[in-house]
Amino acid sequence: MHELPVTESILEIALRHARQANATRITHLYLVVGQLASIVDDSVQFYWDIVSKDTIAEGAQLHFERQPATLACLDCRHEYSPGGDGFACPNCHGERVKVVSGDEFFMQAIDIES
Amino acid sequence: MVKNISVIENILSANDRIAAENRAVFDSAGVIAYNFMASPGAGKTSLIEQTVRRLASIHKLAVIDGDIATSLDADRARAAGALALQINTGGECHLDAVMLQAALKQLDLSGIDLVIVENVGNLVCPASFKLGTHKSVLIASIPEGDDKPYKYPGMYRGVDALVINKIDLLPYVTFDMAYFRKGVEILNPGLVTFPLSCQTGEGLETWISWIGAQTRKK
Repeated sequence: MHELPVTESILEIALRHARQANATRITHLYLVVGQLASIVDDSVQFYWDIVSKDTIAEGAQLHFERQPATLACLDCRHEYSPGGDGFACPNCHGERVKVVSGDEFFMQAIDIES
Repeated sequence: MVKNISVIENILSANDRIAAENRAVFDSAGVIAYNFMASPGAGKTSLIEQTVRRLASIHKLAVIDGDIATSLDADRARAAGALALQINTGGECHLDAVMLQAALKQLDLSGIDLVIVENVGNLVCPASFKLGTHKSVLIASIPEGDDKPYKYPGMYRGVDALVINKIDLLPYVTFDMAYFRKGVEILNPGLVTFPLSCQTGEGLETWISWIGAQTRKK
């Protein structure tokens, strides 16, 4: 997707919360990434090392928690995680599905020193 | 002292906040706004030209054109009869809410009924950045191939209408419409679709009456 502005956004959020807590250093960031959110961890990590330089977050470790997607079948209402054969419903083999979760991308918490 | 502090904040929340402000600007001006997205060359600008030409006698339209460089698209929209504004993203491959907000400050919406935002040609990034428009329209085209819904699910999942452009080329290229539509149906069940050709005009009337019916005259 768009890892540079995303990484800048991560830094902005972390620094804002750290400032509110009077932190002197940010050591860990915990991010939750849905399976369907198009985020490439390695690419975020690459930009992170650049954008966090000379801030209190420099050297902080990024942790990505991948959240599996949940789909709902519109025909039989069954909820399931997409498997290897694509998106079809394992219960009724219906192909009309709705995404219930898996798009999320948020910062759960940060570890700070103060 | 080492502490863990809870954050729980969406990474794109800053963009979403500005998008909500843009929506309020449209709403208070009584304008309906569309975000047109497509791959490069699918026919966004051609569809805008046709839409502007056919609606210009009833509605006042404004077009905000996002491109990496040049004002070619805005020039075409203006020539067709719309109030047109170009945003050059200077390399960014999508529009975001902040760019649209800056453009809206330069646009007098008081006489406008309908705004079309033409996003940068790209089937990936524009899907992730809300702009604050009311409806998103994806313009697919026959020469792109019938596998695009399967390859760009994020884009196909998030739109409110789908135009299938260049249907006049169906006899000349391999495109399995049933396979294409099946992919669309999986991702976005019941999505309203408009097969048409900006070149021959086939199918345009149905599209024009749909977009016209959503627009309120001031």
